[in-house]
Amino acid sequence: MRDEEVLIKVEGLSKKFCKDLKTSLWYGIKDLVSNVRGNKNERRLRDKEFWALKDINFELRRGECLGLIGHNGAGKSTLLKILNGLIYPDAGKVVIKGKVGALIELGAGFNPILTGRENIYNNGAVLGFTKREIEAKVEDIINFSEIRDFIDMPVQNYSSGMKVRLGFAIAAQMEPDVLIIDEVLAVGDLGFKVKCMNRINELLAKSAVIFVSHSMVQISTISTRAMLLEGGQINYYDKNVGKVVEQYFLKFETTDAQTIGNGSVRLKKFSFIKDGERALSTQINNGEDLIVEFEIEANKALENLKFRLGIFNIEYKLLAEVDSSFTNFIGKVVDGKIRVKTIIKGVFLKYGKYSLHLHVTDLDTNKKILRQSNVGHFTVKSTITVGSDFLLPSEWY
Amino acid sequence: MQLQTKIYRKENSQKIGGLLKECFKDLFSSHFLSKQLAIRDIKSQYRQSYLGIVWAFIMPITSAFVWVFLNITGTIKLSDTGVPYPIYAFSGTLIWSITKESINSPMAITNAARSVITKINFPKEALILSGIYKLLFNSAIKISLLVVLIFAFGISFHWFLLLFPFSVIVAILFGTALGLFITPISLIYNDIAKMISLVLNLLMYLTPVVYVVPDKGLMKCLMELNPFTPIIATTRDLALGTYPDYLLYFFIIILICVPMLFIGLIFYRISIPIIVERLNA
Repeated sequence: MRDEEVLIKVEGLSKKFCKDLKTSLWYGIKDLVSNVRGNKNERRLRDKEFWALKDINFELRRGECLGLIGHNGAGKSTLLKILNGLIYPDAGKVVIKGKVGALIELGAGFNPILTGRENIYNNGAVLGFTKREIEAKVEDIINFSEIRDFIDMPVQNYSSGMKVRLGFAIAAQMEPDVLIIDEVLAVGDLGFKVKCMNRINELLAKSAVIFVSHSMVQISTISTRAMLLEGGQINYYDKNVGKVVEQYFLKFETTDAQTIGNGSVRLKKFSFIKDGERALSTQINNGEDLIVEFEIEANKALENLKFRLGIFNIEYKLLAEVDSSFTNFIGKVVDGKIRVKTIIKGVFLKYGKYSLHLHVTDLDTNKKILRQSNVGHFTVKSTITVGSDFLLPSEWY
Repeated sequence: MQLQTKIYRKENSQKIGGLLKECFKDLFSSHFLSKQLAIRDIKSQYRQSYLGIVWAFIMPITSAFVWVFLNITGTIKLSDTGVPYPIYAFSGTLIWSITKESINSPMAITNAARSVITKINFPKEALILSGIYKLLFNSAIKISLLVVLIFAFGISFHWFLLLFPFSVIVAILFGTALGLFITPISLIYNDIAKMISLVLNLLMYLTPVVYVVPDKGLMKCLMELNPFTPIIATTRDLALGTYPDYLLYFFIIILICVPMLFIGLIFYRISIPIIVERLNA
C-alpha cells in the first residue's frame, strides 16, 4: 500500500559544526578540497568543532507527522537543513522519497523593489513550479494571501505580516510528499494562522511531515509522534506526543524570583506542607490538595490584607488562581509579621511542572503591596497523558 | 508513479559522469527559473534608477575616453592601431568589460542569492544560467552600441561582423568558467573578490584593450601568453573587420573552455552545500 511506504529514513545521522568563525571558514576551504577528492574517511571532530547532531535515527511514513522540539540550539534547524538537502551529513545517511517541500522562512528571496505579483512568479519558480503552474495558481495565491489590493505594490512597502502571508500562500501551493515546516506560523495574525493550520492539515494526510515549533499546543494538535532533541541527540522519542512535550517542559528551570512591591511587606518564608513536612518544592498527584504556608514581614501595622496565589505553567501561562476573599479571610499583621496557610483544593492539573506567584493587596488603600513570582514550585505526577491543561475528575457509566 | 529517491550522505559517491549528467539535467529543468531570476534582476536593477541601461556602458566608455584624450593630446604615444583610435579603444574597453563582468558574474549572483540558497533547495545551476542570461542581455546592449559606433566611424561592413556575437559568447563562457572556480572560495573569504578585481585591473594592461601588442620585448611575450589576449583581440578583429592575428590561440581557448566550463559546474555543484554550511555556522 502506498500509504504505508516509508518516505523519510534517517540512519545514524551526525553533523558537526565549528564554534569559531575563522576556523570554520578555514575548514570550509579544506572541505572544498577534500570533497573534490571524494572524502571517504570517517570524520572526527577537529579542533573547536562539536556535534550539532549525533546519531539521529528515525523513519517517517506518509500520513505521519513528526513534531520536533527542543531548546534553542538543540539541532532542530540543522536536522531540517539536512533533510532539505541544503547541507550534507558528516556521518550516516538520509533517504527521502518523493518531492520535498519546505516551509522555512517564508518569502526568502523576495525582491523588495518588485511588486507582489512579480515576486509570486520568482518565488514560485524558486520553489520549483513551472510557468504554466504559476499562471494557473496566481489567482489562488492572491486570494489565499488576502492582499489583493496591494499585490501590484513593491514588496518593500509590505508589512512583515503581509510578506509572510504572500510567502505562505505561494508555498502552500506545493503538493509535496515530504513537508518540512519550521516555525513559520509564529508571525501573522490569528485569522491567517488558522488558515495556515487548515492548509497544513490538508497536506498532512498526503505527506510525511516534519514540524518544528516552540508552541506545544501546535505540536500536540498536529503531530502523530514527537522527538525531543537536546544537545544534538535524541533525548526522548515517542508516539505519545503528550509525553514528549511533558519531558520537554520538565527540562526548564524557572527559579528566578521576581519581586515587585512598595517594600512595606516582604516574603520571609514559603513552604509546601506534605505529610506534616515542610519543603520548598513538592510533588502531588492529579486532583490532590496542595498545602502551602508562607510568612510575611511588614514594617508597619497592616490590618486588611488580601492574598492571592497564581499557578503558572512552564510556558508562563496563568492557569488557575486562588484568592483569600474566597473565604472572606483577612490577613492582619501582628508584631510585624503574619503567617498564612492555604489549602488549594483539588489540583486537577495535568502532569507537569508549575510555579506559584504571590500577590498581596492592602484592602485599606486598595493597592497591591507585593507581587512576587516563582515563590515555590510543584510537580504534578504523571497519571493519564492529556493535551489540555487540566485532567478533570469524571464519572463514567 | 515512481517517486524520486534522494540520498544524502557524507561522501559524494558519484563519478564525474554522473555528476555532469545531473548537472545538465538541472540546467535544463531550471530553464524557467533562470529566466525568471534574470528578468527579476534586470527589472529591479533598472527600476531603481533613472539612467538605467546607460550604466551598462558608461564605465567602458569613460575609460576609453580617458585613453582617447591621452592619445589625442599627445600625453602618451601609442603605436598605430590600424583603425581610428577612438573606435579601437571603445571596442577594447567594451569587450573587456564584458569579459570582466563574466568572470564576476557567478560570484556576484551566488553572493546575492545567499539568503535563498541557505533556505530553499533549488537547482543552483539556475543561478549560473541566469547569470549568463543577464550577461547576454547586458552584452547585447553593449554590442549594439559598438555596432553603431563602428558605422559612425566610417568602418564599412564586413562579413566578419556576423561572427562577432559568437566570439562575444566565447568571451562570456570563458569568463563564466573561470568565475565558477573562484566563486566557492570567494564566498568563504571576502578577500578573494577584492583580489580578483585587483588582478583584473592589472591584467587589463597585459591585454590589447587600449593599445596593440608591441612588436618585440617582454611585453609582447607576456601579452601573447595572456589567455585574454586572443579573446579580446579576436573579438575586436571580427567586429572591425580586420584579420584576426590570434586565431589559433583563440580556437585553443574555445577547446579548453568547454571542459573547463563542465568541471567548473561540477565544482560549483558539490561546493554549494559546504558553502551553505559555513555561511550558517
